[in-house]
Amino acid sequence: MEPVAEYKAEVLARIRAALRDVPDEERPEDVAVTREYVDSHVTGDVVDLFVERVEDYRATVTRVAQADVPAEIARILSARGVENLVVPPGFPEEWLKAYQGLRLSDEPPLTAAELDDSDGVITLAARGIALTGTIVLDAGPGQGRRALSLVPDLHLCLVRASQVVADVPIAIRALDPTRPTTLISGPSATSDIELDRVEGVHGPRTLDVLVVVDS
Amino acid sequence: MRDEAGVNVVWLGSPTFPEAAHTALRDGQLRRNLKHATTTIRDKRLRAVAELDDWETLRLAGSQIKDRVMRHLDEYLLRLEASVTAAGGTVHWARDAEDAKRIVTELVRAKGADEVVKVKSMATQEIGLNEGLDDEGITATETDLAELIVQLADDRPSHILVPAIHRNRTEIRDIFLREMGKHGVPAPDDLTDEPRVLAEAARLHLREKFLRAKVAISGANFACADTGTVGVVESEGNGRMCVTLPETLITLMGIEKVLPSFADLEVFLQLLPRSSTAERMNPYTSLWTGVTPGDGPREFHLILLDNGRTATLADRQGRSALHCIRCSACLNVCPVYERTGGRSYGSVYPGPIGAVLTPQLVGVGTSKHADSLPFASTLCGACYDACPVRIDIPEMLVHLRTKVVDAHRGDRVPKPEAVAMKATKLVFASPRRLALAERLAAVGGRVAGIRGGRWLPGPARKWTAARDVPVPARESFRAWWRKAGR
Ligand code: SF4
Repeated sequence: MEPVAEYKAEVLARIRAALRDVPDEERPEDVAVTREYVDSHVTGDVVDLFVERVEDYRATVTRVAQADVPAEIARILSARGVENLVVPPGFPEEWLKAYQGLRLSDEPPLTAAELDDSDGVITLAARGIALTGTIVLDAGPGQGRRALSLVPDLHLCLVRASQVVADVPIAIRALDPTRPTTLISGPSATSDIELDRVEGVHGPRTLDVLVVVDS
Repeated sequence: MRDEAGVNVVWLGSPTFPEAAHTALRDGQLRRNLKHATTTIRDKRLRAVAELDDWETLRLAGSQIKDRVMRHLDEYLLRLEASVTAAGGTVHWARDAEDAKRIVTELVRAKGADEVVKVKSMATQEIGLNEGLDDEGITATETDLAELIVQLADDRPSHILVPAIHRNRTEIRDIFLREMGKHGVPAPDDLTDEPRVLAEAARLHLREKFLRAKVAISGANFACADTGTVGVVESEGNGRMCVTLPETLITLMGIEKVLPSFADLEVFLQLLPRSSTAERMNPYTSLWTGVTPGDGPREFHLILLDNGRTATLADRQGRSALHCIRCSACLNVCPVYERTGGRSYGSVYPGPIGAVLTPQLVGVGTSKHADSLPFASTLCGACYDACPVRIDIPEMLVHLRTKVVDAHRGDRVPKPEAVAMKATKLVFASPRRLALAERLAAVGGRVAGIRGGRWLPGPARKWTAARDVPVPARESFRAWWRKAGR
């Protein structure tokens, strides 16, 4: 249906009537906002903190040197019993050379049911936030569209150490608002039943993170 | 009366707060659950907040940003509309619940769908969307675990954040076993009452619906005027499912949720998770801007809802109730809420924020129930201290009490404040509680003193009489409360 112009006009008229006390000449910028908060609360090493904070969410985090990435990926996937892996477009081919199982390409796009039938997904990330242990995905190369990191039950995510920033303000300023973005802090969780925390409701129940130390 | 027009701000036939509170106070299970829940979250929140040494600066920035938005709401909404439209979305405006329900119904029908999946949203609850869709033959499935429990039990939520707080695990298992099969994938026969097992049953029940759904309905935590980016903050992943998988996404949002710019997320994404679930960051935050070809819904509709908000905006002293980011911190610190539970408030907005927002949304003097809510407080000030956007709820309560009293000048007794004061006595029935209430009243007197306005007549005299009692300092009072209140 098309938006109804009359509703819009009336809501706007009500707002303007409600704001009669605001002087006509006042601009939004005239209302002071003091941004004296800090850009970062982090004092020590950001990568150390990132690892610690992601672990706090009961996700597994492994630090790995660039050269050992293929073997580590194969090790984790086999330990998790993944034999049917979703691989987003742009994921580095050389990193999968030790993985023996089946690969599901998203070109052409997989259906939601196919994603649901897979054992897991492997992705890169756009950024990591140390203080909050957050992974940022922005659907860039090697990350795929949002459904890929959502429907499969396991998400193995690779974050380069150089992508880890200290805190939320720094991360937000570096985001591209036009890209669909997901901030992930640990596996999905609920405390809806007697406040008992349960990991994994609808998102991937297992979140494994590899922090790739650039050499 | 607004609340007879199908508006869910106040549930139809709600008893006044004191009557409902009376019932709730006799429910031992409810009281124990609430006490456990509020205490747990309260302590956790204090720790999460203490981690950020600039918390007060963040709160200030948050309240100032909201102040800027409210004073120029028309301009920001027009900017938001332009940004969302430029990014391929469609923006609708709704004057009230009826408009919003009509728009959603037509959008769903246009897709040929007769079922939708929903992620928890106060705005959709407020307009009674599920019931409205049901009347039109459209089935809406709630996908938050707690909302699913509430919906399957044909119940009403009791807490903004943990709406099924009044149910224990055995009750939930029984509800799942009895009801799931009627609405889709049944619960397994050997279902236990382990939270993990119950969550698994919900996952299976809902997954089938997510994969099939053509249309999803969500609320929004924020919408950035400059970029048109809309954000949903959540824990379970059902929000991601809803905003990602279906072909069409309909987002219903109160007009007050707009933020000036994308950059403001750096403030609210620090304030909200720590105040709400007391986490450094909630598990999932989704941000999207219009539609992205090849990723997510092909159609995006954003509905901007008034439904009493502009009337709230018109009251200069009540306006800042619209700053609320629905974190629920004020509920968890409220001594009245802890004892009576959310449902006594008879509104989708319970607790301290509900006591100031509900009567304003429906209009003071139009609903006996809503008019009793500003009296459902001891004015202790804990809600203000906890509020991440510094809403001065105690001061607003005093202001609204005055408005309620004015609106009922011609009434015959009992006046709403008289009825409500009875509730407060009830809540604090034991001698220890009563002593506490008197101390609280002293703080109330201080708040009233600051306002310098007139004070309450009749049975409320008891409260004003306490004005001469030495005023305890807020911090030491709260420290004392933490010891005495348990
Ligand atoms: S009033 Fe403040 S503390 Fe209460 S829910 Fe709203 S934002 Fe949170």
